[in-house]
Amino acid sequence: MRRVATLAKVVVLTAWLLITLFPLYWIVITSLKPKPEIFAVPLKYWPGTVTFEHYAELFSFADFGTYLLNSLMVSLVAAGSVTAIGVLGGYTLARFAFPGRGALMLAFLVTQMIPLFIALGPLYLLMSDLDLLNRLAGLMLVYVAMLVPFSTIIMRGFYERVPVALEEAAQVDGASRLVAMVRVVIPVMLPGIAATFIFAFVQCWNELFLAITFIDSEDAKTIPVAMNSFITQYDIDWGSMAAATVVSVVPTLVMFAAIRRYIVEGLTAGAVKG
Amino acid sequence: MRTFNVRRARFIALCLLPGVVFVALFTYYPVLRGAVMAFQQYNLFDLTSTPFVGLENFRAVLGEDRFWTALRNTGTWVVVSLFFQFFLGFGLALLLRRHFRGRGLYQAWVFFPWAMSGFLIGLLWRWMFNGQFGVINDLLLKTGIIDQRIGFLASPGWAMTSVIVANVWYGVTFFAIMIMAALQSVPKELYEAASVDGASRLRQFWHVTLPHIRPTLALIVLLRIIWILNFPDLIYSMTGGGPAGSTDIITTFLIQQVIGGDYGRAGAVGLLILGLLLSFSVFYLNATRFEKSR
Repeated sequence: MRRVATLAKVVVLTAWLLITLFPLYWIVITSLKPKPEIFAVPLKYWPGTVTFEHYAELFSFADFGTYLLNSLMVSLVAAGSVTAIGVLGGYTLARFAFPGRGALMLAFLVTQMIPLFIALGPLYLLMSDLDLLNRLAGLMLVYVAMLVPFSTIIMRGFYERVPVALEEAAQVDGASRLVAMVRVVIPVMLPGIAATFIFAFVQCWNELFLAITFIDSEDAKTIPVAMNSFITQYDIDWGSMAAATVVSVVPTLVMFAAIRRYIVEGLTAGAVKG
Repeated sequence: MRTFNVRRARFIALCLLPGVVFVALFTYYPVLRGAVMAFQQYNLFDLTSTPFVGLENFRAVLGEDRFWTALRNTGTWVVVSLFFQFFLGFGLALLLRRHFRGRGLYQAWVFFPWAMSGFLIGLLWRWMFNGQFGVINDLLLKTGIIDQRIGFLASPGWAMTSVIVANVWYGVTFFAIMIMAALQSVPKELYEAASVDGASRLRQFWHVTLPHIRPTLALIVLLRIIWILNFPDLIYSMTGGGPAGSTDIITTFLIQQVIGGDYGRAGAVGLLILGLLLSFSVFYLNATRFEKSR
């Protein structure tokens, strides 16, 4: 009886796993099929010939190298800043009681709920006033603002799991608060910090609407903006689009796999407490 | 509380300053400005005059058929997506609850849609739902479920179903993970006590598990409703709101106003969404509060 139940469980889970993975498989083999095979009926579930022509096209015909570099720059700088700001802000929110703390937490939480698209137009005007349209710096600023509430709240959660006694001991030994924080608390929290950084990185890497609103010059496009313009320009060239999808998803996939455990921990700790 | 201390106050202020400045300048300021624009005539293509026009933008938006279609579609999009994400997610969570060999593997891979953007997921499913070369048509034909190809994304009747399928595929995992965490928070002693009393597994689930995780479930569901409503990315790349507005939701409608340069109307739509979310949240929290008896 117990065996049957376990078997049923494995069968159902495996079916779900296949459903989850199949779209990824399908896009990967589409990117590797020569054009005639992509549009061959009946469909080929296994590529007859493997070709890298779509990838080559992406980097020669479309300037995908530039877009990749742009996305990388924006995501690294924004995620780094977001994490640093979260590390500082989360610390004070976790360790001190001060007037306005509740209001600040609320102001940060509310940003996760209001429809931020209402800000899209005004942000465009603001970027234009600051002369930041078509500049990567403009995107970085907005991404940092977008992710700071999340990173601060998450970091606060991580700090609350580190015993205060740890840093008090360091302070008794004569270290200042800042030194105690940097030397004692932060090393303990490194996995949480890394998770926050990667999560922010993936968000910036994937962001579309702000980017298409602010960027339309070729040399400032990020990957989603470029892919979005592939759609309108040539209808859809599915081979190149599949290759672009694979190129843009592989880095985030690898990073997410690395931090999955911490993200789940962070999110679920917050939810279960609430 | 400790006494007021200048050095301490300065430390707190310095730590919080960057975050507060960014959020104030690039989130709250534009949101408020957008809210003000809702009462202005504010068109990007004529910025010479931006007079206050009272409720004119709201009247214009509410008078548009597309708005009401989008609102109805939003209802379908949120309710149906949520329904399947919740129940499939719950099922998965129950299956993944206990430790077994290979659980980590399932957890790792089932989680992967999360690393993708809504935009990419939309593209992926747009390709799979393609009327001519789409793999879904092919699979349905092969298994004999249909006998001719369906133009999933080209027919208004099928397009909403298709975007919801993609959304369920994306969102189930989130529910599964959250519910799994909630399930694990139930103290083991409760089950032990229940089985000493001779309660069956089903009764244990009904009388121990469910009451314990209900507050968490209520919260997750609310967050999800807000999130699904504010999630136009997938629809944007999968159907662009079409065909004939059949997959337009209120958020894609808002984005069309921004792209059209009419920030006044965009502000009005934004405020309407906000009002909708707030009143729903208040209603919802009231309706679920009395169950918050842990």
